[in-house]
Amino acid sequence: MARLVGVDLAPNKRIVVALTYIFGIGDALSREILAKAKIDQNQRVKDLGDAELLAIRDVIKDYRLEGDLRKDVQLHIKRLIDISAYRGTRHRKGLPVRGQRTRTNARTLRGKRKTVGLGRKKEEEKKE
Amino acid sequence: MGRSVKKGPYVDEKLLRKVQKMEMSKEKKLIKTWARACTIIPEFIGHTFAVHNGVKHIPVYVSENMVGHKLGEFSHTRVFRGHSAPTDKGTTLT
Repeated sequence: MARLVGVDLAPNKRIVVALTYIFGIGDALSREILAKAKIDQNQRVKDLGDAELLAIRDVIKDYRLEGDLRKDVQLHIKRLIDISAYRGTRHRKGLPVRGQRTRTNARTLRGKRKTVGLGRKKEEEKKE
Repeated sequence: MGRSVKKGPYVDEKLLRKVQKMEMSKEKKLIKTWARACTIIPEFIGHTFAVHNGVKHIPVYVSENMVGHKLGEFSHTRVFRGHSAPTDKGTTLT
């Protein structure tokens, strides 16, 4: 089983697809990497030789991926919070940052619906 | 869509002039401004602006990592006073 940048693996997938399982690599970047490493996109991961894996590794080391990338994102968010910009306060409150409506929807950030009411006696799950 | 690079960042001219004047005279005092859309440029670092939020001027001390943001981002225009009291029926929110 092939491992790249830490935890990642991929057995029976085509190599273009397998690479996108790495945080920070999408379709476009995956294709770009394979072009640079001169590897056929349609090859299965299990058929890859050591030389090819090395070639991929060589190309990949120039990108910020996985943990490093996650850290970068966190740092950016932290910066916004530290300078108390509007976007920072939205991050802190766990609400949409880019001006979306919050009267309805925005469920990705706000999580599952919670019911408030009944004089705060009990919190009940209602709807969905 | 972002602003055209050709034009450069939007900086309120009057505000920039004021900052430059203060820089020259080496004094630091509050600059009242309504120019919320003005981009913060490196020249602004260390100055304090009183940015209008529609009601009053909020003092904003500009630090290094605020560069590139707009003045208005630091002067909030809305006040959140909490949600209304719960009703008998119980409403679905949050």
